[in-house]
Amino acid sequence: MTSLAYLLVLVACLVGTAPLELVLGTRVYARWRRLLLTLAPVVAVFVVWDLLAIRAGHWDFDPTQVTGLALGGLPVEELLFFVAIPICAILTLEAVRAVKGWTVGDER
Amino acid sequence: MSYTSAALLAVALTVVLDLFVLRTRLLTRKVFWTAYGIIVFFQLITNGVLTGRGIVFYDGDAIIGSSSTAGQAPQLLGDGRIVFAPFEDLLFGFALVVQTLAWWVWWGRRVDR
Repeated sequence: MTSLAYLLVLVACLVGTAPLELVLGTRVYARWRRLLLTLAPVVAVFVVWDLLAIRAGHWDFDPTQVTGLALGGLPVEELLFFVAIPICAILTLEAVRAVKGWTVGDER
Repeated sequence: MSYTSAALLAVALTVVLDLFVLRTRLLTRKVFWTAYGIIVFFQLITNGVLTGRGIVFYDGDAIIGSSSTAGQAPQLLGDGRIVFAPFEDLLFGFALVVQTLAWWVWWGRRVDR
């Protein structure tokens, strides 16, 4: 079970923010094309930074707390981090907009 | 380049991206700073788990604080750390969140599905 530690943190983030989509109607997952287009440049930039940082020895991961699945030297959890955390951030922004009605900048 | 200088550079590039490249100007909006306040609170918890359990650990040569070890908790506060995480992670998180939200708004002006 310990090897699932990192993965479970990410699952907790997505489960914890899911009510924003369901209750407040943030329509983040619903607008999945826009979401994928948003994630593409972010994942690209931060995966490159992550790989460079790991190579430079800035940080590393406890092998006992990750699944061991890796893509090009990057633990799969790190890749999923750059998907899960952006989704949580967008859900938060849309939740604040839903509640407060403030301008975000994409209004037409 | 250390993590400290890389993170500072990332923040600068992120500000330029939002204000001048994508012109989403999120950094000038109340909605962003309100959302960001909420996000930082939960970042401290989530990242506190990742760093406090030593799931991710850092080289002292790359950060202001000292090295940490796999599976072991570093200092909770102080020594360049905030809730176990190097303060640099707050800069990293700022860059990640602002870039994400800027692209979200930018794409929202073009596609809404």
